[in-house]
Amino acid sequence: MSVLDSKVPKGPLKTKWTDYKNHIDLVNPANKRNIDVIVVGTGLAGGSAAATLAELGYNVKTFCYQDSPRRAHSIAAQGGINAAKNYQGDGDSTYRLFYDTVKGGDYRSREANVYRLAEVSANIIDQCVAQGVPFARDYGGLLDNRSFGGVLVSRTFYAKGQTGQQLLLGAYSAMNRQIARGKITPFNRHEMLDVVKVDGKARGIIARDLVTGEIERHSAHAVVIASGGYGNVYFLSTNAMGSNATAAWKIHKKGAFFANPCYTQIHPTCIPRSGDYQSKLTLMSESLRNDGRIWVPKNMDDVMAIREGKKKPTDLSEDERDYYLERRYPAFGNLVPRDVASRAAKERCDAGYGVNATGEAVYLDFAAAIKRYGIEQAKIHNITNASADKLYELGAAIVKAKYGNLFQMYEKIVDQDPYKTPMMIYPAVHYTMGGVWVDYNLMTTIPGCYAIGEANFSDHGANRLGASALMQGLADGYFVLPYTIGDYLSHDIRTGKIPTDTPEFDAAEKEVTDRINFFINNKGEHSVDYYHKKLGKIMWDECGMSRNAEGLKKAIEEISALRKDFWKNVNVPGTTTEYNEQLAKAGRVADFLELGELFAKDALVREESAGGHFREEHQTEDGEAKRLKEFQFVSAWEYKGEPKDAVLHKEELVYENIEVKERSYK
Amino acid sequence: MSGFFKSSIGRKYAMALSAFFLMFFLLQHFAINILSVISPDAFNEASHFMGTFWAVQYVLQPVLIFGVIYHFVMGFILEAKNRSARVKTYAKNNGAANSSWMSRNMIYSGLAILAFLVLHFIDFWIPEINTKFIDGDMTGLLPNGEGFRYYEELAHKFENPLRVGAYVIAFIFLSLHLMHGFSSAFQSAGASSMRKEKLQLFAKVYSIAIPLGFIFIALFHHFNH
Amino acid sequence: MNLTLKIWRQTDANDKGKMVDYKVTEISEHMSFLEMMDVLNEQLINKGVEPIAFDHDCREGICGMCSMYINGEAHGPDRGVTTCQLHMRMFKDGDTITIEPFRAKAFPVIKDLVVDRSAFDRIQHAGGYISVNTSGNTQDANATLISKHAADEAMDAATCIGCGACVASCKNASAMLFVGAKVSQYALLPQGQVEAVDRVKNMVAQMDLEGFGNCTNTGACEVECPKGISLENIARMNREFLSANVKG
Repeated sequence: MSVLDSKVPKGPLKTKWTDYKNHIDLVNPANKRNIDVIVVGTGLAGGSAAATLAELGYNVKTFCYQDSPRRAHSIAAQGGINAAKNYQGDGDSTYRLFYDTVKGGDYRSREANVYRLAEVSANIIDQCVAQGVPFARDYGGLLDNRSFGGVLVSRTFYAKGQTGQQLLLGAYSAMNRQIARGKITPFNRHEMLDVVKVDGKARGIIARDLVTGEIERHSAHAVVIASGGYGNVYFLSTNAMGSNATAAWKIHKKGAFFANPCYTQIHPTCIPRSGDYQSKLTLMSESLRNDGRIWVPKNMDDVMAIREGKKKPTDLSEDERDYYLERRYPAFGNLVPRDVASRAAKERCDAGYGVNATGEAVYLDFAAAIKRYGIEQAKIHNITNASADKLYELGAAIVKAKYGNLFQMYEKIVDQDPYKTPMMIYPAVHYTMGGVWVDYNLMTTIPGCYAIGEANFSDHGANRLGASALMQGLADGYFVLPYTIGDYLSHDIRTGKIPTDTPEFDAAEKEVTDRINFFINNKGEHSVDYYHKKLGKIMWDECGMSRNAEGLKKAIEEISALRKDFWKNVNVPGTTTEYNEQLAKAGRVADFLELGELFAKDALVREESAGGHFREEHQTEDGEAKRLKEFQFVSAWEYKGEPKDAVLHKEELVYENIEVKERSYK
Repeated sequence: MSGFFKSSIGRKYAMALSAFFLMFFLLQHFAINILSVISPDAFNEASHFMGTFWAVQYVLQPVLIFGVIYHFVMGFILEAKNRSARVKTYAKNNGAANSSWMSRNMIYSGLAILAFLVLHFIDFWIPEINTKFIDGDMTGLLPNGEGFRYYEELAHKFENPLRVGAYVIAFIFLSLHLMHGFSSAFQSAGASSMRKEKLQLFAKVYSIAIPLGFIFIALFHHFNH
Repeated sequence: MNLTLKIWRQTDANDKGKMVDYKVTEISEHMSFLEMMDVLNEQLINKGVEPIAFDHDCREGICGMCSMYINGEAHGPDRGVTTCQLHMRMFKDGDTITIEPFRAKAFPVIKDLVVDRSAFDRIQHAGGYISVNTSGNTQDANATLISKHAADEAMDAATCIGCGACVASCKNASAMLFVGAKVSQYALLPQGQVEAVDRVKNMVAQMDLEGFGNCTNTGACEVECPKGISLENIARMNREFLSANVKG
C-alpha cells in the first residue's frame, strides 16, 4: 500500500462527485468569517478560487507577483475553453469529454478527477456568461463553438483569439466584487517565498513585497497554491517572463510530493526562434489548425531552394507539398493532439525538411481555407462568376474575423503577411502537465495546503488537450476547491486566528532572509540569466520533445554541476530593500535548477513513452509513442534534500470506466 | 443629479452644452452680419430689432454673457485640473503622432478668441451699451436722424487695416478652435459613431465656413469704403 | 545596429530622477524592444551597474504589464502593439531613442520605468463586475440570446489590457478610454443592465478621485491604444453616465 491516498470516493463514476458533495462537512456562515485562506497566484484557478471562497464568507488574501491580478499568464491563452454542452448537437456528452481527456492524456490521469472536470465543465460556461464574458455568438444569438485537437466534436467556446483574457477578466471581476466588499485583500507585486507549517499543517506563508523588499508573514487556516506551471525551466517557453515554480517548489521542499515532472507539453504551433537573444517564444493558437494545413516540401531540392530564398512556398504546387499530418493521421489530420503534432514536426525537421535557415520550421498554410471560405461567401452573397481576387478577398475577410489578432501578432513578430504566404511554425514548451501531487480534494501531501490549476498534476495525464487548461483552472477554482476545502476547514472552526509571532514563522522567515542576503552578498561573476539560459539549453537538448537514457543521465550531471556553480558564482546587483527584479529572479532560477534535475530524473525512471514524454527507446515501428502497462502509475516524488535523493512514490492508476487502448489518431 | 456637474463627465457635458449655445449664437451673428454685404437696409432692420427687442436684450443677452463667461471659466478650470494630472512632463513628447494641433491647443486658440472678444466689446458692445443706456438713445438712428446708424458704424470700424488684420487673425483662431471644438462637443455629449461621420463633415464645413464668412465680411467692408 | 538610449533613471518614488545616456551595439533588427533592453541590462550587470527596471511579463502583447514612453509615444512608434511587440526594425542604425516611464499623477513612478497603475484596479473595484455568485446552477448560458453584433462590440471593448497607454498618451492624463471600455462592455450586454446605473456612477467617481485628468477628445488614446479600443466607448460612457444621473 502506497503512502499516497487519492481519497477518491467510492461509488459509480457518474455519481461520485454529487454523492461526495452531499456528504462532506460544511462550515456554517458565521464560522466562515473566522477562517482565513491564502491563495497564491491569481490566474484562472487562483482568481476564481479566491472570488468563490470570499463569496462563501472566508477571509481571503491573494498574492501575485504582477502589479494586478488581471495580468496572470492565463490571460495569454488564446483558443478557447472546452465544455460538454453539446450545443452543436454533434454527439458530445460528459462521458465523451471525459473519454477524450483521458485518451488525450495517454491514460496517465486519474479517472475520477477527469470525470468530475467534464461534469462541471458546463457550469463554467454558464457562470462565465453570467459574469459578462463576451463569448463569440452566431447570428441567432446563441453561443458559437470551434474544434480543437484530439476530438471529433465542436465543444470549444471562445472569445476571438483572447479567450484566456476574457475568462481571466471574468474571474478578476468576481475578485473585484469581493475586494470591494473587503472579503479579499489583494497583495499584488508580492511573491511567496515559503510556506509555514505548524503542527504539520500549512498555516501561512512568508512573502516578499517586490516593491519595498520587505519580508512579510501571513497566517491562514489553509494555503492554496495556484501559481501555474514550470515551463520556464526551459528558459525559452511560451510562459510569461515572470512565470515560476517557486511557490510549488517551496511546498515540495516542505513535504508536498511533486508528481510527473517529466510530463511537459511542447506546443506544435509557435513562432520559430530567430536568434540567441530571444527571450521568449510566442504561441499561435491551436485553433489555427481548424483552418490551417501543415506541410513541408516533398523534395529536398525545394527545401534548399526555399532556404536560399530562390523559391517561395507559394511557388510549390500541391503535389510538391507533403501535408504530413494529413498523410500520417487521416482520421484527425491537422487536428491531432499536440504531442503528436509536435513530434511529427520534429520528425520532418530532423529529416532535413525544415523550411527556415535554422531548419526548425514547418508551414501552416491558410490558402486552402481562404479559398474555401471565399467560395462559400460568394454563394451566400449570391455573387456569380466571382474573380479569383474577389474570392480571395471574401475568404480572407472570414479568416480575419476568426484569427485576425493572431495573424497581426505573427506579422508584427516575423514581418511577413500570413494572408499571403504560409506561416512558419515550430513546437515550443508551453504547458506542464506535471505538478504538485494532490488527492481528489486537491489537497497536497501537506495537510491544509492545496494546489489547483496548472500547479497540480491531476487532470491531463501525460498530454493536455487544447482548450482544457482554462477548463481545469476554472473548474478547480469555481467548482471543486470551494467544496473540498470546506471539509478540511470544518475542523478549524475553533482554532481562532493563527499567530505569526511563533517559532515556526521565525524559522521560515530566517531561511528566506538568509537566502536573499546570500544572493546580494555573493558578488559572483555571472548574471542570473546566464544560468537560466544554460539550464534551458540542457533541458531543451536532453529533456525536450524526445529523450533517451543517456541524454537524461547527462542532463542530471550537468544540471547538478550548474547548480553548484550557480551557488558559487551568481551575481545579483542592487540591494534587498528595493524593487530588484534580478533578486527575485535569482530565487526563481535557484528553484528551477533543482526542479530541472528532478525532471530529468523522473524522465529517466519513466521507461516508456506517454503523451508529451517520448523516450526514443520506446516507440512503435512507425515512430509512435509506446506506452507500457507497468508504468500505469503517477510518479510522486518526495523531497529528501538533493534532487538525486528524492524518493519515488507510486499512485497506481485504475481505469474502470474506460478501456485502456492503443492511442491512435490514424 | 446632485454632483453631476462636479464630476469629470458632467463638466464635459457642461462644456459641450455651452459650446452648442455659443455655436448657435455664432451662426445667428453671422446670419445678421452677412446681411450687411447683401443689403444695408436689411442689416439695419435686423440690428435694430436685436438691439431693442426686450427678450433679446434682457433675456438672451444675459444668457449669452453667462454662456461666454461659463465656457471660458470652465475651460480654464479644466485646463488647470488637467495640467495638474501630470506633474512631471515628458522630456520628449510626440503629440503630433496621435492628435491634431487644434485638439492639443484649445486653450491657446481659446485665449486668442478671448483677446478678440475684449477688442470686439470695446469696438461694438461698449459703445452700443453707452449709446442706449448711458445716453438713453434707443432710436437706433444716426445723429443727423437720417436712417439707422448700425451700417454706418460697422463700415466705419473696418476702415482701420490694423483692426481688420486683428479680426482676420482672430477668426483663424476661431476656426481652429471650432475644428476641434465642434465635433468634440458632439463626442462629449455622447453622439454615437453612426451619426458621427456625417457630423464630422458638418463640423468641418461649419468650422471653416463661418469664420471664413466673417473674414469675408470684414474684408468686404474694408475694401468697399 | 548601434543605438544611443536616453533612459529615465529614478531609484525610488522619492528620488527626483534624471535622464541617463547609454549606448548599445550589435542590436539585431529582429529583436523585440524589450530584448534590446535585456541586452543593455546584461551589459550593465556585467559592468556592476544596476540594471534598468521596467515592467514586462507575457511578452506577447496581452498581459498589459509593459509600458514605456518611447520617442514621445506610449509603446513606441508602431501602431496596434505593446512595447514587448515593438520590433527594432522600426528603428535605424545610429538612432537616439528616448525612453521614459508612463507619466501621470495617478501613476507614480516606483523605479526607473516601472509605474504604479493600481489606480486602474481601484476603479474596477468600484464597479467593474456583475454581481453573480458562483453557485453552479446559474441559468443556462444560452438562455439569454445576445445578438452577435452586441457580443462582438462588447468583446471589442473587453479586449482592453489595462496597460495605461491611454493615460500616458493623453495630454490631460485622462483615464476615460479605460473606464469607457469597461463600462461599455457591460452596457452592451443584457447581464450588465441591472447594475448599470450604480456601475457607471461609482466607476466615474473613483476615476475622478484617483486624480486623472478630464477628456478633451483629442483622440490620442485611441491612436496609441495597442488594442485599438474605440473612442466610441467614451461617448457611450458619457451617455450611460448622463442617463444614470437622470435616473437618479
